[in-house]
Amino acid sequence: MKRYRADLHLHTVLSACAELEMSPAAIVTTARQRGLDMIAITDHNSTLQTKVVKELGEEVGLTVICGVEVTTREEVHCLAYFGEEERLDQFQAFIDQHLPILPLLPGSYQYQAVVDKSDGIVRLIDNFLNVGLQKSIDEIEAEVHRLGGLFVPAHVERPLFGLYSQLGLLPDGLQCDGMGIMWRSTAADIRNRFRIPAGLPLMRASDAHSLEEIGLGYTELEMESCTFDEFRQALQGIGGRSVCCD
Amino acid sequence: MKVSELVKELNLVVFSGEEGLNREIRGGYVSDLLSDVMGNATEGEIWITLQTHRNVVAIASLKELACVLLVSSLKPEQGTIDHSNSEGIPVLGTTCSTFEIAGLLYQKIKG
Repeated sequence: MKRYRADLHLHTVLSACAELEMSPAAIVTTARQRGLDMIAITDHNSTLQTKVVKELGEEVGLTVICGVEVTTREEVHCLAYFGEEERLDQFQAFIDQHLPILPLLPGSYQYQAVVDKSDGIVRLIDNFLNVGLQKSIDEIEAEVHRLGGLFVPAHVERPLFGLYSQLGLLPDGLQCDGMGIMWRSTAADIRNRFRIPAGLPLMRASDAHSLEEIGLGYTELEMESCTFDEFRQALQGIGGRSVCCD
Repeated sequence: MKVSELVKELNLVVFSGEEGLNREIRGGYVSDLLSDVMGNATEGEIWITLQTHRNVVAIASLKELACVLLVSSLKPEQGTIDHSNSEGIPVLGTTCSTFEIAGLLYQKIKG
């Protein structure tokens, strides 16, 4: 068993709120420099940038999990992670089906760019991605799990867009694989404040919107190797694997 | 004023929780952040919101609110209806926006 350092909540230039410098190449280089073994790409309501980052990561031995930060109807931000490309594409289709189409405000200087390995712009998305899907948190959780993905509410302690700010309590029956916390927070404090069920692992992440923030928050994963499947088993605590951000 | 009287006067839809129509309304609270309602709403208030999740009823019950009023023709989810029926807390609806219905309610309750 080995200990791997993971930062599993990162935005790219595809998120309107992220800096333009957040290109796939720059993210991979920076993540390596900061000593990360695994990162996850989780843009707002889009998976379109994940595969390029994954390919770049493979070239330098950085494990990249393809994911998304999906906004529920209640405006709870939730991370979803997928191990298979086909399932990721199916979840993208689900997003496309349920995301309201709102234009980016003209003159707002917001960009949502899909870029290639060498920072070339492949596509600009012109509908604003930071909006809630017309699906409840429960429906989205069910779809993520139907597709074999992992479902982790993001930054649960945030005063806006966190599970507890939006919904007050952890909904009965909602199946979470873990809960994300902000990089400034300590696991013990969050567990105490929100009375998080003991068996539910917490994951600290940077939620980086700029290169400087990558790796500010991370989680240590005790696993056999640095793969999606091992990560899933670590969340479930299988065979002595573990997730730690104490 | 009783919930049932308000339903009649403002022509509100009763989705569920009919058992609680005799509850007394002592004020109102407007918020779409459930944590805010948990922290700041007061017993006996009618809660105006656009959130339709079942946690709305869980929090209305916790805070002993009179009833929940969904705005802009929104409908409760099935889990919300079930929870509302078992708790006896009415979930109501209106076609009005939050601004409009809050104005009307203010006149009825405080005016």
